[in-house]
Amino acid sequence: MSRLLEVTGLHAGYGAGEVLHGLDFAVEAGGVTALLGANGAGKTTTLRAICGMLQRRGEIRFEGARIDAFATEDIARRGIAHVPDGRGTFTDLTVEENLRLGAYVRRDAAVAGDVAHMLDLFPVLRERLRQQAGTLSGGEQQMLAIARALLLRPKLLLLDEPSFGLAPLVVQQMFGVLARIRAESRIGILLVEQNAALAIDFADQACILESGRIALAGVAASIGADEQVRRVYLGY
Amino acid sequence: MNGFLHQVFSGLATGGVYASLALSLVMVYRATHLLNFAQGEMATFSTYIALTLTQAHVPYWIAFAITVLLSFALGIALERLLLRRMTHHTALAAVGVTIGLLLIFNALSGWLFGYTVKEFPSPFEGGGNGAVLGGLMSAHELGMVGVTLAVLAVVYAFFRFTPLGLAMRAAAGNPESSRLVGIRVGWMLALGWGLAAALGAVGGIMVAPVVFLDPNMMSGVLLYAFAGALLGGVDNPAGAVVGGFAVGVIENLGGAYVVGTDLKLTMALVIIVAVLVLRPAGLFGRVVVARV
Amino acid sequence: MTARRILALLLAVAVLVAPAFLTSGYVLFQLTSTAIYAIAILGLDIVTGYTGQVSLGHGAFYAIGAYATAILMANFDWPFWATLPVAGGASALVGFLIGFPALRLSGPYLALVTLALATAVPQILRAKALEAWTGGVQGIVVTPPSAPSFLPLSQDQYLYLCTIVVAFVLYLLADNMLRGRQRRAMIAIRDHALAAEAAGIDIARVKTRAFAVSAFFTGIAGALSAIVVQFVAPDSFSVTLSIALFVGLVVGGAASLPGTVIGALFVQFIPNIAEAANKSAPGVVYGALLVASLYLMPSGGAGALRHLLHRIRSHRPPTTETAKQGATIHVE
Repeated sequence: MSRLLEVTGLHAGYGAGEVLHGLDFAVEAGGVTALLGANGAGKTTTLRAICGMLQRRGEIRFEGARIDAFATEDIARRGIAHVPDGRGTFTDLTVEENLRLGAYVRRDAAVAGDVAHMLDLFPVLRERLRQQAGTLSGGEQQMLAIARALLLRPKLLLLDEPSFGLAPLVVQQMFGVLARIRAESRIGILLVEQNAALAIDFADQACILESGRIALAGVAASIGADEQVRRVYLGY
Repeated sequence: MNGFLHQVFSGLATGGVYASLALSLVMVYRATHLLNFAQGEMATFSTYIALTLTQAHVPYWIAFAITVLLSFALGIALERLLLRRMTHHTALAAVGVTIGLLLIFNALSGWLFGYTVKEFPSPFEGGGNGAVLGGLMSAHELGMVGVTLAVLAVVYAFFRFTPLGLAMRAAAGNPESSRLVGIRVGWMLALGWGLAAALGAVGGIMVAPVVFLDPNMMSGVLLYAFAGALLGGVDNPAGAVVGGFAVGVIENLGGAYVVGTDLKLTMALVIIVAVLVLRPAGLFGRVVVARV
Repeated sequence: MTARRILALLLAVAVLVAPAFLTSGYVLFQLTSTAIYAIAILGLDIVTGYTGQVSLGHGAFYAIGAYATAILMANFDWPFWATLPVAGGASALVGFLIGFPALRLSGPYLALVTLALATAVPQILRAKALEAWTGGVQGIVVTPPSAPSFLPLSQDQYLYLCTIVVAFVLYLLADNMLRGRQRRAMIAIRDHALAAEAAGIDIARVKTRAFAVSAFFTGIAGALSAIVVQFVAPDSFSVTLSIALFVGLVVGGAASLPGTVIGALFVQFIPNIAEAANKSAPGVVYGALLVASLYLMPSGGAGALRHLLHRIRSHRPPTTETAKQGATIHVE
């Protein structure tokens, strides 16, 4: 069984400077891998590199096939949905239009059903369907971003700091929904989080990034149980 | 009073042409952040193609359709072949490229079709000037308004209600997120250029019977279209349409009662400067924090 | 001043003066015209090439200078040299006034406004209200100054030499102005405005002054054209002129003094050559070369020449450092 996402020797950067210096990690089908580390360690850069949003070299295999030379839109079409940091909401368009765009590349008949399901998972969106997406609160936009990503029916979901700037209660709700989604489908998740405790709780595997390199990797629970690791790398 | 109303309605008729071209300019601007100085010359070139077709005895509306389609293709080709390679702009390059296109299209029109002023047929002939609406408009002017409104309605419906239109709006507003949902942003930009060129062609075909066709037909029209686009808000399609009609009326009233026909183009300058200095976002546009 | 520099200067002077005695008639007139274009394009270069404010309306300043000289000479009997400060000053003033609203306009918008201005200029010049001054559609006929009696020069030769002298002075002025801190400030504003501001450069001051100086230069060029062409009329100052100056700037090479000369030669001679082939050819050639320059030769002819000289001098391709110095406008 090949892994869903396999990254080998990933180097990436913006312009002249290299930010990632050779990463190796993987995400299993149906599994959750957390990417942890301090600010500036390169977590967001990693997600962007996987999606072809910046210069990269190295091997990135998705379902066994290499995607490291692909353009962002083609990577999306292969079934990788990316919820970027900052949400990436289409602020001028309505909530409904944002959702429709999530399913833009799909031609199958299940789209309407999926949208209805998303509105069940995120009831707050149902109330705001005709509203301009830019007027939603941070938490609501986060929900919208996740719903939009899921409407792609992706096999791999990339989540960039979903808890950022959100109240603890909202974060709790959101992770509850994520857990439910995970139970319902065999979706693989690559989760970038600064809130390490939250991520470790949710994930199977964890990788700790430090200055563009993986300092430590392993089973999430073990890392979470190791007090020294937690204190040195994760700050709690 | 009759004279005044006549000027207003006449202004609405030419305003329709300005509105079409203004919408073209706005579409290109929203997609690629370029002010396409060549939009007018491209429209003139398209109009010449239409003339050639009608002179070859192709029925008017078929020639119209063919020309619009060819212009659409031309717009796409320009974006894909030329403009996509210029992914980063200095102000000089951004202006220079479309000025270059302006020069090339203007010269091409002259070269392929000659410099003599030509008549362009209208499908709306119905008994000379002042034939309809109690003498307020000529049949062609009424037709102009009708066609313009119909075309604008179709464009509006396209953007509002179709998935492709939605994708184009998304690509213009947030290209990065658009890629993340699988939209081929490059092609959306090309489509924007194609639609703009098609709209320009419609405008040119509509205005040619009134001002007669020569390679420089659109140079004044372009300025009025820019004035209309700026007045309405250069990132606002609906605003551009309103702005275009408004400029048409202002031009006529101003020319008749204020400055005389000799200084009409100067009015376009005044409008442009006034908008940019007093309210850069235009009447309906969004005020964007200016980056120095 | 080293001996080598003096020799180079003398050589330059000789080369510049020679045509007066080696050519005559139409060719001499064309060379005079080229020198005038060079000054005009130099003006445009200051505001667009160096400071990054795209102007498609410099024909307006040219027209102001031309009409100022024409009116003063024809209607008030002023001697030519006395009109120069007025012509330059009037243009500079208008340039300064335009410079202020221009501050609020980013690239393409400024280009649009200046284009609209350029389109309006012939209309304004034709206006009935100003006819008493401008001569309306008819324009004004200008009697050029003749050579003083102690100089055995024909009219053409005298006009050419006057133009060269003025050009020489202006280029020296420009060269002096466009170096060191001033130059870096302008280019910083052009390329990295935010960084420039953070570095403490007074952007507003530099930009408005650049506009004024730029207009001054182009206005002087216009004044010279009044006596060389010996006639000013609204149609001589249409949009075509402004666009020609712009094309000359880009093709010659922005932010480069030699570039302005290359651009002037281009503007003067290419249309004539092209027109011989086909009436429409000038437009196509202008447009095609403009676009080609932007894509293939971002530093214009001057940049290409510089590149070539480097290669000849060093027998190897220039390092990235020198290439960076040479390249001026980047289509990044």
